[in-house]
Amino acid sequence: MHEKKSGAQIVWESLLSEGVEVVFGLPGGATLPMYDALAKDRYPIRHVLVTHEQGASHMADGYARATGRVGVCMATSGPGATNLITGLTTANMDSSPVVAITGQVPTSLLGRDGFQEADVQGVSLPVTKHNYLVTDVRDLAQALKEAFYIARTGRPGPVLIDICKDAQQAETEFEHLESVNLPGYNPTLTAADPAAIERAARLINESERPLIVAGQGVSIAQAEAELRNLAEKANIPVATSLLGISAFPETHPLSLGMGGMHGEAFTNYAMQECDVLIAVGARLDDRLTGVFSTFAPKARLIHIDLDPSEVGKNLTIDTPVVGDALLTLRALLPLVEATEHPAWLAQIGQWRSDTDQRDVLAQETEELVPPFIMRQLWHLTNEGDCTIVSDVGQHQMWEAQYFPHTKRRSLITSGGLGTMGFALPAAVGVQIGHPDEEVWVVAGDGGFQMTMPELSTVVTEGLPLKIAIINNGYLGMVRQWQDVFYDKRYAGTPLFNPDFVKIADAYGLPAQTVSRKEDVEAAIRQAQAHNGPFLIDFQVEPFANVFPMVAPGKSVADMIRRPMPMTAVEGTEG
Amino acid sequence: MKHTVIAWMEDKPGVLNRVAGLFRRRNFNIESLAVGHSETPGISRMTFVVAGDARQLGQVQTQLAKLINVIAVKDVTSEPSIIRELALVKVNATSTNRAEILQLVDIYRASIVDVAMDSLVIQITGPEERIDSLIRLLETFGIQEMVRTGRVAMVRGNNGFAGNGRQ
Ligand SMILES: Cc1ncc(C[n+]2csc(CCOP(=O)(O)OP(=O)(O)O)c2C)c(N)n1
Ligand SMILES: [Mg+2]
Repeated sequence: MHEKKSGAQIVWESLLSEGVEVVFGLPGGATLPMYDALAKDRYPIRHVLVTHEQGASHMADGYARATGRVGVCMATSGPGATNLITGLTTANMDSSPVVAITGQVPTSLLGRDGFQEADVQGVSLPVTKHNYLVTDVRDLAQALKEAFYIARTGRPGPVLIDICKDAQQAETEFEHLESVNLPGYNPTLTAADPAAIERAARLINESERPLIVAGQGVSIAQAEAELRNLAEKANIPVATSLLGISAFPETHPLSLGMGGMHGEAFTNYAMQECDVLIAVGARLDDRLTGVFSTFAPKARLIHIDLDPSEVGKNLTIDTPVVGDALLTLRALLPLVEATEHPAWLAQIGQWRSDTDQRDVLAQETEELVPPFIMRQLWHLTNEGDCTIVSDVGQHQMWEAQYFPHTKRRSLITSGGLGTMGFALPAAVGVQIGHPDEEVWVVAGDGGFQMTMPELSTVVTEGLPLKIAIINNGYLGMVRQWQDVFYDKRYAGTPLFNPDFVKIADAYGLPAQTVSRKEDVEAAIRQAQAHNGPFLIDFQVEPFANVFPMVAPGKSVADMIRRPMPMTAVEGTEG
Repeated sequence: MKHTVIAWMEDKPGVLNRVAGLFRRRNFNIESLAVGHSETPGISRMTFVVAGDARQLGQVQTQLAKLINVIAVKDVTSEPSIIRELALVKVNATSTNRAEILQLVDIYRASIVDVAMDSLVIQITGPEERIDSLIRLLETFGIQEMVRTGRVAMVRGNNGFAGNGRQ
């Protein structure tokens, strides 16, 4: 005989046995039994109260990306649950292991459009890896066990469990489950088929201009060292996607940084000129490739990915290599010959020196431009010994361009969905996962305001987050498109901003405004020295734009470049 | 090109919704779909016809296989298989043309499953083309009502597809 437990107790018991330490959430009628059980039975799990459930889902996501453990969020039925959806979609696009637990109306009221009923299983279906509706307490433990298993294994992703209120209240005999029964799901990690690996090795060995494109899959598989071994053994330069940043040290001589829409020109030229392109754990989405049919036209493509549906989804792949990145790279390495590729590296070096001449930081400008802030931040964090959580927009691209990441998982950003408002709450999750890490939020003035109320979570939880608002007075990235493609008609992009220092003050955290280059260093140092959260409102040059830029419908070699200094006309380029 | 694909899935609430949602979201062009029990309790078997090029077919199979409740997916287009559909056709029938209709039914090895004063219900099973062809002929009499199942398929001989589609 096993002990009888309520559904609510089973939820917490299951979380404990999954090793969960923290749950981000906000209660409501349909989750009251679970919250009551947490209080009454004093389960040793930290509950972080958010101001908006979107924040809870981003926090769980940030926690998951930073720690590699499953992040958990909780919301009530109806609006609570639908508020999670943006965060779950973000996590789904970026393969982040999140479990969302939502309360649902009692089983007897299902389908009757009662108060706060929403079809949460239906709504979340296309934006989760899997989901459950639990109407019977006897199914609950199994659903929770499976949810965690599915979220963290294979290609990770969010799983939602919607639990009817009566199933939380009812009791059943509870036993800890050891295994799952999922006949349609086999996430065992294996290296790719040896024949495919051999084919890949042959292509690499025959190549004169090889290029690696690394994505976040490298970090998820913890294959950074294997990637580096491969690159160094055969002297293969490494470009990354936005999410691939920090999978390969960006100060390494073989690093080309991020490619794609705002990639550096030498990176994009390398993608277009290489003769073999080895994509590892990258989805090869349109931000990286430009128009699919124009991408890497001279290259044979090798695509190493765990998820067979990603291989060949967007591009025709010569050598599909379906398998875990870590095991596959390990198997590949001994088959790859040590080579130098001097001509190819020299060619890239030439392109790179052209880019260097156009570097915004090499020019003496009065204005406070975001690249300057990014580079200062890098210097002052002991050359990147911190985690950056960036939001979405121009500042995100400047961060990617001007902050060379060398530490694994040191950039956390919403790549696939491009969710403004991600940074602050995601950083809460990152900081809770890594209490001793220096965590910087880098957000635009627009995106920051989308989830700004989570400042109260930062303060209540006593998190020492450092927050840099890149305040340009515009929805900058959209304004940039209006500059370039819509004749500077700024429809809906100028912002009316509050005084961010007063906002911070109202939440009880110290803050400072910086509008001159010479004040950047002192402000960053002050933020670092402060033993707690600190906000800096960087009031930057409003009309700076992010270059290079690939226009839609173009190949990635077809960029609007940063101007050469002597030919610079407008002085607005970033 | 049209492909016939078989998918085996756990018979769980919402599984059809997952499959249909995937087809819609990925913009797959599904021409027919039939689903029912397989020989294994708890496992449903779906046959569907999808039009698309190699890339799209690859996506249909790999995306479908990724659904947690989907156990196996097989494209049987190039396998020797038995392909059947069933149609019920309610056709106008008067005393003067009834004999003519019965003759057609006979030729097509269809059967009459209901007789009323001014109509007949004809049941036909077979490959789609045979059904299409009978329907074209029946149209001359006036079709009152028609229902067709989607295509179902089974590979001939011992192919290891029994069980739940796992080979
Ligand atoms: C939730 C959401 N809404 C709209 C967009 C479209 N969008 C992309 S970048 C951007 C501007 C962001 O402005 P801001 O946060 O000030 O950053 P900046 O580009 O100025 O650095 C917008 C509106 C988005 N990505 N996410
Ligand atoms: Mg802005």
